[in-house]
Amino acid sequence: MATQTPYEVLGVKPDASAEEIRKAYRKLAKELHPDLNPGKPAAEARFKAVTAANDILSDPEKRSRYDRGEIDESGAERPRYSYRPHAEGAQGWKYRPQGEMDAGDLDDLFAMFGRGRAGRPGEGFKMPGPDRQFTLTIDFALAATGGKQRLALSPEEWLDVTIPPGIEQGQVLRLKGKGGPGFGGGPQGAPPGDALIEVHIAPHPFFRREGDDIHLELPVSLAEAVLGARVPVPTVTGPVTMTIPKGSDTGARLRLRGKGIHRKRRGSDTTGDQYVTLKVMIGASGDAELEKFVEDWVKTHPTDPRRAMGPGVDPGTTDKAAQGTTTP
Amino acid sequence: MIGLDELIQRFAALDRTELTRWIENRWILPGEEGGRWVFHEVDVARVELILEIRHEFAVDDEALALMLNLLDQVYSLRRQMRRLAGALEVQPPEIREAIRKALPKAGEDL
Repeated sequence: MATQTPYEVLGVKPDASAEEIRKAYRKLAKELHPDLNPGKPAAEARFKAVTAANDILSDPEKRSRYDRGEIDESGAERPRYSYRPHAEGAQGWKYRPQGEMDAGDLDDLFAMFGRGRAGRPGEGFKMPGPDRQFTLTIDFALAATGGKQRLALSPEEWLDVTIPPGIEQGQVLRLKGKGGPGFGGGPQGAPPGDALIEVHIAPHPFFRREGDDIHLELPVSLAEAVLGARVPVPTVTGPVTMTIPKGSDTGARLRLRGKGIHRKRRGSDTTGDQYVTLKVMIGASGDAELEKFVEDWVKTHPTDPRRAMGPGVDPGTTDKAAQGTTTP
Repeated sequence: MIGLDELIQRFAALDRTELTRWIENRWILPGEEGGRWVFHEVDVARVELILEIRHEFAVDDEALALMLNLLDQVYSLRRQMRRLAGALEVQPPEIREAIRKALPKAGEDL
């Protein structure tokens, strides 16, 4: 027999009013009070039970907590039944929604998880192979023009990776099917994973990229700058000849149209330019003839290249002590 | 496993007629022994869940049916997930690793 409920102990119905409970308690308490029943342990035990039952039922909050099963007959917290462990356990299958797939074999489960992939009925479970990751360092010109670069996947296995023109530093190329082998999938097999190749571009000694344009600092001689010249200039697609206009100076920027990065785009291709910044190299240190010429020339052609920096030193009166040193 | 009377007694807020209706609605699926209903632990826990939903959220039968259906779907999925997780757990480490890598990140296409 299960423990009596407090209602049973007091002999009242579960929907008894507070007044009915109070009356029932008083009646029983009088009957069973230990002072009126000396030496009767049974009465004393019942008296305790009646008091405990009244403790719960006379307090509306305790009574409703008891009704909800939150506390037991003694007023102690009752461990709450949590539905979740039951629902997630083997017993829970009983309550699966109507029409839900059976708990049958794993194939059903995999059929469900395989939906949306390229699975065909009857093929059973299959899973594409894992991706493999590689890094590949290419030189500047290849990054600009695009092309092929061999990548060793393992000592026995290599891949000729197609580099698109204008690839960016750190860009990742995905090569379908070059990863690890797939799992399952019957005779045809599941597709392998992909190779993910992170591309690094080695810095170039004199080319620099800005978007699709290439920048280059080009040393020219004093004569080429003063007199003008046609000089060979390296580009990412090989040297071209460029005209240095007569009277060019350091910092002059010339453009080689279309010698930047060429991209094929839907609709129309785009092409960057190469910008060439001149740097005049005198290259005649200690040449007595040049010194003599300049000494004469400057008398009639005073110039101050630092004028823009504000009032400065009068050219020709430079303090010897503050003279800069040249490094070779 | 307990009988109907013991179940009614366990939850003072549980009304016999109400419980009978839940069983008729197939919200509770008791077993049967010797022509009497018997309630397993999962049934008892589910009775308590329904009591809670009804009394604490004050929902009517129609909303309750919908809630139970959705709950059952969630738990069904969770059971399937646990089955799958259990099957994965006994695979060799390289297979588990391969599967882990093949999992699309949340938000990615399958």
